[in-house]
Amino acid sequence: MTWIDIGRIDDIPVRGARLVKTHLGCIGLFRTADDEVFAAADTCPHKGGPLSEGIVHGQRVTCPLHNAVFDLNTGQGTDGYQIDTYPVRVENGRVLLDADALGKRSAA
Amino acid sequence: MTQRLVVIGAGMATGRVLEHLFETDPDAYDVTLFNAEPRGNYNRIMLSPVLSGEKSYEEIVTHDDAWYDDHNVTCRFGEKVERIDRDRKVVVGENGEVPYDKLILGTGSAPFIIPCPGHDLPGVVAYRDLEDTNAMMEAAGTPGARAVVIGGGLLGLEAAAGLRLRGMEVTVLHLAGHLMERQLDEAAGYLLQKDLESRGITVMTQAATKEIRGDAHVEEVVLEDGTVLPADIVVMAVGIRPQAQLAKDAGLDVNRAVTVDARMQTSDPDIYAVGECVEFDGNLFGLVAPLYDQARVLAKTLAGEDAAFQVKELSTKLKVTGCDLFSAGDFAEGEGREDIVFRDPARGIYKRLVIEENRLIGAVFYGDTADSNWFFGLIRDGEDVSEMRDTLIFGPSYQGGAAADPLSAVAALPPEAEICGCNGVCKGQITQAIEGGATDLAAVRATTKASNSCGTCTGLVEQLLSVTLGDGYSAPAAQPICGCTELTHEDVRRLIKSKELKSQAAVWQELGWTTPNGCHVCRPAVNFYLLADWPLDYQDDPQSRFVNERNHANIQKDGTYSVMPRMWGGTTDANELRAIADAADRYGATVKVTGGQRIDLLGVKKEDLPAIWEDLNDAGMVSGHAYSKGLRTVKTCVGKDWCRFGTQDSTGLGIQLEKRLWGAWTPHKVKLGVSGCPRNCAEATCKDVGIVCVDSGYQIGVGGAAGMDVKEVERLVDVTTEQEAIDHVVAFVQLYRENAKYLDRPYKWLAKVGIEWVQEQVIDPEIRAGLIERFDISQSVYQKDPWAEHVQTRRARYAPLADLTLEAAE
Repeated sequence: MTWIDIGRIDDIPVRGARLVKTHLGCIGLFRTADDEVFAAADTCPHKGGPLSEGIVHGQRVTCPLHNAVFDLNTGQGTDGYQIDTYPVRVENGRVLLDADALGKRSAA
Repeated sequence: MTQRLVVIGAGMATGRVLEHLFETDPDAYDVTLFNAEPRGNYNRIMLSPVLSGEKSYEEIVTHDDAWYDDHNVTCRFGEKVERIDRDRKVVVGENGEVPYDKLILGTGSAPFIIPCPGHDLPGVVAYRDLEDTNAMMEAAGTPGARAVVIGGGLLGLEAAAGLRLRGMEVTVLHLAGHLMERQLDEAAGYLLQKDLESRGITVMTQAATKEIRGDAHVEEVVLEDGTVLPADIVVMAVGIRPQAQLAKDAGLDVNRAVTVDARMQTSDPDIYAVGECVEFDGNLFGLVAPLYDQARVLAKTLAGEDAAFQVKELSTKLKVTGCDLFSAGDFAEGEGREDIVFRDPARGIYKRLVIEENRLIGAVFYGDTADSNWFFGLIRDGEDVSEMRDTLIFGPSYQGGAAADPLSAVAALPPEAEICGCNGVCKGQITQAIEGGATDLAAVRATTKASNSCGTCTGLVEQLLSVTLGDGYSAPAAQPICGCTELTHEDVRRLIKSKELKSQAAVWQELGWTTPNGCHVCRPAVNFYLLADWPLDYQDDPQSRFVNERNHANIQKDGTYSVMPRMWGGTTDANELRAIADAADRYGATVKVTGGQRIDLLGVKKEDLPAIWEDLNDAGMVSGHAYSKGLRTVKTCVGKDWCRFGTQDSTGLGIQLEKRLWGAWTPHKVKLGVSGCPRNCAEATCKDVGIVCVDSGYQIGVGGAAGMDVKEVERLVDVTTEQEAIDHVVAFVQLYRENAKYLDRPYKWLAKVGIEWVQEQVIDPEIRAGLIERFDISQSVYQKDPWAEHVQTRRARYAPLADLTLEAAE
């Protein structure tokens, strides 16, 4: 795995999210109340709502447009919706994404 | 043989001793009664009603001449006792000696006079006896006379209230930070102060008296900070000290007061003491209840029976008509002590219970003291309250003995038990209504008004329906906010207030949330409730807001945003329009005129938001909050400045209202309209708050709707001045903020609480003033332009955290 440094965890609001632009589309980085960080596709499969603008609660996020709720561990959402999730690490206060995982998606 | 009993002091305690004594054995003693005051025993604690004019002196006399005659009491009134000669067993009065077999000291206490310069000027009085009271009544006889009362304790406040009722200008000076600090905590002291101020009494706390000035009579009081208060009379009510000098001179054991044992006997077995001159077990006594206990004990001792005095918990009530206040026990904060607090700011109610080791040890009530006796009983008996802890603060009507079936608790209530505190509806009325055919909640509400206001008692009413109708009634399940809790919005609002929950963490913890930090349904609601109830303690949490409120712009279906600057009352000018036009060009926005009389810039990218806001800020514009559950727009017509039909300056009033209300968060959005005449061009009658100007003033309507539901406003009130119109609107908005369920527009909330209740709150000048005050406190925090703030502090958050498309472009 090739880890890319994305930025400081403190730049993501607690119980909030920030956006990362990639060639493959936008990825949301979600930070929970317990300072866990999850990475998942930013786009809601329902009507394309930006999930990084949703309310983060527990280890879940609610789409800001029509309230679909996604589990950030699995990407599984209400009403059968599913989003991609990505490996993410936090080291020394920095958030790292796996370049290979992003690459795989590009290959797909 | 009849013994000789001499009594020194004809006060309430000795008077009660004599009563008991004569009841038990009228002939046991030959009694001589000395009193320094030239009269017999009167009910001293009723001097306040005498002062206020609610009673006459004659009405408060306990023992008149006939009574003393009947019981062969030799009265030596107006005669001071000079000394007691214990060796010869005689009392030496000014007019001669009286021998005794038994002697009772009832010398009472003397008011404490602050030894500041001028304290001995004529016109400086204490508040202790009829002479003081008469002096005060005399001073109040001069029109426009001014009184300064030093001391904001029980006596001082009763004096102040009485003098005010007699028409004097009254100022109360109190050294401590809040009134009655020994009986009340700060919150109750604050409510009391507000009540007194609303009666026209000026209250100054932390006010230390430096000097009293005047030539032949008091003229003014000077405070340490240099303030000078003109005064025609000064009442010192800063405390009392026991009068024990006579006992001390006679060689009796005296500490702070005359020390007695549990039989009320002093260090001399033939001398007893009762009342305020007594010290027992280190305690002094100033309230009437223990004095009466002492009297009962002493009467038994004198009759040769066994009796022992015990120190009991005391409670206090203030005898100022209309100020309902109660305090009992110990309510200092301390380790291991828990508080239960209930506040209803709209009704000026405050209740606080202090619990230690599952026992109620203290209580302070303000505004509603109906259940105080029940609580006092719990304190006195030291009963274990753990079983009823959750509902304890709501009083006995919520306690059903065992923590069993709530239905049996309701069934056990007596018919006169109050169910709906807002509307004063008792159980009997509700059962009658149910038996008369009101078989569901709505019908009970319509017939009795029960649960028609704050809604807290809805559960009880439903239980009553169930108890009365049996299987004929199936209660609709109360709707919890969401899956994170079983509590309803109403429960949560009430508990946030009563348990003083001031953070989200406190709500999740104390109310037993099943999720770590709520969800998208409950968290925005809880965030609003917290910031509405505790504007100074709780900080708004952007992460608990929906996207529009967090980003201060409206997200559109394509993920871009719309930006709408405020246009006060729908007015703008060439400069603003130029800046809007420039911004539209620069950020590629589509321009749309809205129904709320402003201009919307659509299609702005998120990362451009701070820049467009900065441009609009530079032209003097601020956020229009077109995205918020808060004040949106105030739609106006041109009014009398231009329109030939206009009756008032509707545009001007609209601008004033918008400038006052903008920035406040509310349960749902609030839109206003102000029309200059009944032709109603601003469509005010379907707004959340709509004002229609008429020749005679302003018709204020509330609870209109023109969305999914269409509804005409209900008339709140008609007023004559612009200021009154603004005041009533502000008060209404605050009432809505404090009471409505999150995401209920005013019309939905009104349907639940009823326009009558809202009118009662908003039209009552005191309640209105309180609402306005609390609104302004909140505005001191929240009335700020979020655009400017975000440009300053959060600019970076509007851009992506990283853009890997740039790096990967190699």
